[in-house]
Amino acid sequence: MAAFEAILAETQQRFGDHLLDATVSNGELTLTIERNAVTEVCRELRDNPVFAFEQLIDLCGVDFADFGKGGPAPVEPQPRFAVVYHLLSIANNRRIRVRAHLDEEQPAIESVVPIWRVADWFEREAFDLFGIIFEGHSDLRRILTDYGFIGHPFRKDFPLTGRVEMRYDADKGRVVYQPVTIEPRTLVPRVIREEPR
Amino acid sequence: MSEIRNYTMNFGPQHPAAHGVLRLVLEMDGEVIQRVDPHIGLLHRGTEKLAESKPYNQSIGYMDRLDYVSMMCNEHAYVRAIEELLGVAVPVRAQYIRTMFDEITRILNHLLWLGAHALDVGAMTVFLYAFREREDLMDCYEAASGARLHATYYRPGGVYRDLPDSMPKYQPSKWHDQGDVDAMNEARQGSLLDFIWDFTERFPQKVDDYETLLTDNRIWKQRTVGIGVVSPERALQLGFTGPMLRGSGVEWDLRKKQPYAMYDQMDFDIPVGTDGDCYDRYLVRMEEFRQSNGIIRQCVEWLRSNPGPVISDNHKITPPSREDMKGGMESLIHHFKLFTEGYCINAGEVYAAVEAPKGEFGIYMISDGANKPYRVKIRAPGFAHLSALDEMCRGHMLADLVAVIGTQDIVFGEIDR
Repeated sequence: MAAFEAILAETQQRFGDHLLDATVSNGELTLTIERNAVTEVCRELRDNPVFAFEQLIDLCGVDFADFGKGGPAPVEPQPRFAVVYHLLSIANNRRIRVRAHLDEEQPAIESVVPIWRVADWFEREAFDLFGIIFEGHSDLRRILTDYGFIGHPFRKDFPLTGRVEMRYDADKGRVVYQPVTIEPRTLVPRVIREEPR
Repeated sequence: MSEIRNYTMNFGPQHPAAHGVLRLVLEMDGEVIQRVDPHIGLLHRGTEKLAESKPYNQSIGYMDRLDYVSMMCNEHAYVRAIEELLGVAVPVRAQYIRTMFDEITRILNHLLWLGAHALDVGAMTVFLYAFREREDLMDCYEAASGARLHATYYRPGGVYRDLPDSMPKYQPSKWHDQGDVDAMNEARQGSLLDFIWDFTERFPQKVDDYETLLTDNRIWKQRTVGIGVVSPERALQLGFTGPMLRGSGVEWDLRKKQPYAMYDQMDFDIPVGTDGDCYDRYLVRMEEFRQSNGIIRQCVEWLRSNPGPVISDNHKITPPSREDMKGGMESLIHHFKLFTEGYCINAGEVYAAVEAPKGEFGIYMISDGANKPYRVKIRAPGFAHLSALDEMCRGHMLADLVAVIGTQDIVFGEIDR
């Protein structure tokens, strides 16, 4: 905790109301911020010498739809989606995680491409896999899935086996799409133990 | 004659210089590249979603298949993420074995990069020499784990088993008579550590050999000097890590700056470039061969004189020995629970990164207390590097594109995941 005191004080002073939560766990600092303030906060994190996070290491979407389901404790309702930014400061040799929660009806957030150029493909990936819209992104196309793919495969309500399969149809003389014929199966059920270890 | 000069060209996905299944849509002005639009995802297998549907230990094998030329480094990031969430201690000997195999993996990866990069640019010979050395290192993989490539050797809490006391030997066949076989088995008389030691004795000379083929080669320099120049500021903006960042002159290496395993005990240097072009990145990686070789030697020396356990004895997360399992009820239960249900991890999140040969390979893992991860995000270095292809290639000739793809050390297993 001590290692993060200076940076925590600075975040509280700089971001004030935009900062919803700041926690340290496993030696990592996580800031939860207001979704509308993402550009402002990220620009400050990059340019303020106390932070100096020159590099965006990773950007990813998370779907919290099934989080904690089936466990002994009641699940607290929380926004369905989140965008998580992992930042690295080379000058200060420090990492930070920034998270913004998005609701299900409107999973949209401002793009950080103007701040870190590398966000371009990471945002396309989060859009492709989770359907999160990045406002201001100039080229928000699908990136990992097939041309003409329907749906967002990493959402928790998307089946692991997918929805369509592809095969060569000898009669039509071309490749056709059809609903999947394999049965979804679970070899090891998901369990949450009250005493994990 | 037509005056139309701008046209769009398709490159790949089946092209020997595309390093796998890369499709590029190129906008060309004559032979000069105006814009590059990489289309990726042709190898997308949904590794992250698959990992979310399986108990923690069953996904280690998927990690090998991400960056399939630096297998153990990927496993290392994954098991480190689990270990940090569990808070489990790893025996020192296992840490040394991991350090040693991470560096063997680095040499393996760089040998493939060197061979493929030189081949793309037109130097055929290097490829053959590089693969000769790869063979020895894959034998080390096989002796330790049983598999030449996809090892699944690192486990949460340590490594799967201790290093073997003997190396497998060649047998005479109709292609190799007894004399050939004796020569081939000369280095294989002792343990795996002896074999690795012998390799490290030979290897610096081999690196010199590669350098005589390339470093002062006029054609090699014409093809790489001043190609794909990236300034340090742009390299940070573009999310470069590993040799791509160091080639631009930024001294940043997780092994030094945020050490993991036993790297804080190791004596090695970080090579950095000055100009940020393909040639500098080549020189950086060539020096990394020598530094990795040195680290392996330090690990072998320590491992020879310090026997001990190689995996944690917390049998909630590691399997008990066969002997215990056959005789003791508790061990039997542990074994059964571990291989059916797996283990649950307290709710939390962690980001664990290692300095993989290509750059920073990270695993972001969220647990909600179940026996499967809730979310796994794989941060692949190649993904960020390839996204900069457009910027690095603009204004270059079509043939330079191939040199830039080579210098980025692209592997599609990790980019498409």
